[in-house]
Amino acid sequence: MDDHILEMRRITKTFPGVAALQDVTLAVRRGEIHAICGENGAGKSTLMKVLSGVYPTGSYSGEILLDGKPVDFRGIRDSEAHGIVIIHQELALVPYLSIAENIFLGNERRGRSGLIDWNRTNAEAARLLASVGLHENPVTPVVQLGVGKQQLVEIAKALSKEVKLLILDEPTAALNDVDSAHLLNLMRRLRDQGITCIMISHKLNEITSIADSTTVLRDGRTVERLEMGSGEVTQERIIRGMVGRDLDSFYPDRVSSPGAEVLRIEDWTVRHPTQDRLVVDGASLDVRAGEVVGIAGLMGAGRTELAMSVFGRSYGRDISGRLYMHGKEIRARSVSEAIGNGIAYATEDRKRFGLNLIDDIRHNVSSAGLHRLARAGWVHDNEETRVAETSRRDMNIKAPSVLSVVGKLSGGNQQKVVLSKWLFTDPDVLILDEPTRGIDVGAKFEIYTIINQLVADGKAVIMISSELPELLGMCDRIYTLSAGRITGVLPAAEATQEKLMELMAKDKESVR
Amino acid sequence: MTSTKPSSVHKSGSAESTPADALHVGSSDPRTLIMNNLRQSGIFVALVVIVALFAFLTDGLSLSPGNITNIVLQYSYILVLAIGMVIVIIGGHIDLSVGSVVALTGAVSAVVVIRQGQPWWLGVLAAVAVGLAVGAWHGFWVAYVGIPAFIVTLAGMLLFRGLTLRVLENVSLSPFPAEYNQIAAGFLNGLIGGDGYDAFTLLIGGIAVAGYVVSCFRTRVARIRYQQPVESFALFVARMVLVGAVVMWFAWQLANARGLPIVLIILAVLVLVYGLLTRRTVFGRQVYAIGGNLPAAMLSGVKVRTVNFWIFVNMGFLSAVAGVIFSSRSNGAQPAAGNMFELDAIAAAFIGGAAVTGGVGTVVGAMVGGLIMAVMSNGMQLMGVEQSMQSVVKGLVLLVAVAFDVYNKRRAGTSR
Repeated sequence: MDDHILEMRRITKTFPGVAALQDVTLAVRRGEIHAICGENGAGKSTLMKVLSGVYPTGSYSGEILLDGKPVDFRGIRDSEAHGIVIIHQELALVPYLSIAENIFLGNERRGRSGLIDWNRTNAEAARLLASVGLHENPVTPVVQLGVGKQQLVEIAKALSKEVKLLILDEPTAALNDVDSAHLLNLMRRLRDQGITCIMISHKLNEITSIADSTTVLRDGRTVERLEMGSGEVTQERIIRGMVGRDLDSFYPDRVSSPGAEVLRIEDWTVRHPTQDRLVVDGASLDVRAGEVVGIAGLMGAGRTELAMSVFGRSYGRDISGRLYMHGKEIRARSVSEAIGNGIAYATEDRKRFGLNLIDDIRHNVSSAGLHRLARAGWVHDNEETRVAETSRRDMNIKAPSVLSVVGKLSGGNQQKVVLSKWLFTDPDVLILDEPTRGIDVGAKFEIYTIINQLVADGKAVIMISSELPELLGMCDRIYTLSAGRITGVLPAAEATQEKLMELMAKDKESVR
Repeated sequence: MTSTKPSSVHKSGSAESTPADALHVGSSDPRTLIMNNLRQSGIFVALVVIVALFAFLTDGLSLSPGNITNIVLQYSYILVLAIGMVIVIIGGHIDLSVGSVVALTGAVSAVVVIRQGQPWWLGVLAAVAVGLAVGAWHGFWVAYVGIPAFIVTLAGMLLFRGLTLRVLENVSLSPFPAEYNQIAAGFLNGLIGGDGYDAFTLLIGGIAVAGYVVSCFRTRVARIRYQQPVESFALFVARMVLVGAVVMWFAWQLANARGLPIVLIILAVLVLVYGLLTRRTVFGRQVYAIGGNLPAAMLSGVKVRTVNFWIFVNMGFLSAVAGVIFSSRSNGAQPAAGNMFELDAIAAAFIGGAAVTGGVGTVVGAMVGGLIMAVMSNGMQLMGVEQSMQSVVKGLVLLVAVAFDVYNKRRAGTSR
């Protein structure tokens, strides 16, 4: 009989129209490192939000046993009181407060007078920093630390709360190799000290090297639990569990017949808006009509920065290089000029940069091409509604009407609104930045089908994605970007994940 | 985009609907219509309740012809300011300077007309020019330098109050010539006679109702042609009759007092123009887009700086209009004129459903919000409530109105 510190049984959590989790089971042994993996949208984050009380008792069904006893969490404070601490992918530190202030935020070390005891605060912080192997003065503002060190501050903060179960959501996603290795070592040390860790990760090599057991989720269900101790479980074995089917059937078929060149970018160089470094360095690429071209790169490689700077210089400064549409050099010094030249850019973060969430589908669809519906500044609103209705039907946007507020739609339907908005500008080339991020599997397939339809209609598509299988499944050619430089281009037929990774990691030492 | 023929949305079906179809289609469930428009209708209900409450508390005095005329004259400039303010707020900004700008524009006008003896219209032009310049000043700092409007207009509040004192050389100027006085205190009366009442006022009321009915009917026909859901015909008629009755009753009360106030015509034109501007023009849409999600608007090709600039120029223009009306009504310019007007205008916009975070609000809502404040102040004055209590009550109403809005939003957020 295993000694389970945590058991989650038959957890079901539904959002309107979507079952995010169905009968999910998770069992974690005391003192192990337990990995949770699954594709985007498999339900990993939702499960952790249930566990940490972000979704309180009553908003889901099923039960949570901690040390064998059922627990009900009404909020994060509840779960933290039980020793469960979650460190999110987006770090939650206050930039202009010191390391020590961040560690004890909401949990301040007070003296007898009720005022903060700074000596004790900084001394305890120094002790915690030593235990995570971070050699920094506790009074240093967090903003001066790199991402890797900030991650360690988060862990020190968790340790200050007498954590029993530490949850790390994509802890190494933003770290370089050295910082990642350091973090993984720290996790091993914490395990040896008796702290149980749950780690969500996309990096399968890390999982195989560090995890004692792995739970695989797919489409909101538990697929299997793998014991890693014997070393028999390979990355391929985990992928099989995550995908559950062959990649071939996951991407709709498309007959590729590229035509004439549509967009060519030459010698594109972009400087960081505030720091003195090049984010994109002499990049050149081209895309033809009827072609899907992928851009692969690690986080920080400059993929989004390249796309946004091309799209009307909406990122960076000191931009140099040349743009050609259909062989003729163009100027795209503002977003509206870029749109006028037939370029569209669908952002990677649709909620922050892509949609007006408080407005309805109709106004969002027309927002980038409003002048097409207007004469002398007056909008033809009935025509606008018709356009939105057409999009809703063609794109299969699941909403009661085009007057539905976009913020209430699911991620997949929001993404379809974003695509509708850009298609209404009638672009020649669409740059799609992470077009399937945070979208469930069914909607992904629909998005892929839409993309295929677009290129069949003669549009050119540039697709940026962190998911290599997606690029391999969808693209005709794939460019690799590393530290702002194009390090290679492979026809999809010749490309493999390994070859792409090798090119994506090239020149990595010069990143920092 | 491909434009295939839309499929049937309701029972009228075909894409070649005739106007006759407008008579017999539509969903007739008033409950869903009310629920869908709770945010909007809630504010109308509040206005009706408050009007009824004060009619009861003052034994009908608040609805007397003389008092209704008074409310129009007394609060018109706040409503003018509220039009500009709601647009500023929809864009995600705020303007704290309008009271000072009202004072400055009124003062410039007074200097031109009273001290220099120029004709009345030159005073109006000078005031408008100053208002536009002030708006451009604010717009420059907000849009092109990127300083938050709160700071820019806080500075403007001090700056333009100071300039008012300089322009007036620390003294009041009065009186204006009779023509200038007519702007806020004049009436169109007796143009076509009437026996104890002014027929011209009733005629204008009738034209307004007819125009409203025709425009609503045309909208309805167009919506049906585009296969969009409309309210049932019975409900449509009921709405027309209700609006018509209210407007005609209002006109009748005015006709029985002093006739049609000129300032009401100015206000009606502004409401009409700005109502259309916000809902139907590219500019209006871009204001909503910027307030709703600034980076998304930028990445959709909206020229954010230009739009923000013109939002403030427009506010300056409307401040000048309010400045002219106020100076005309008070028959002179005082150094302290317009004090705290910005707060009344901001309150009107928020009570009328504008969101503190931007992207939400309507001109009509701001007008209703302003009227709620107006009816309350006026009613309390009639009842002889102390100034101190009036202020307390108005503060509480503003707080409750915004709390209700926040509560509504949270409910909408969790119901998904």
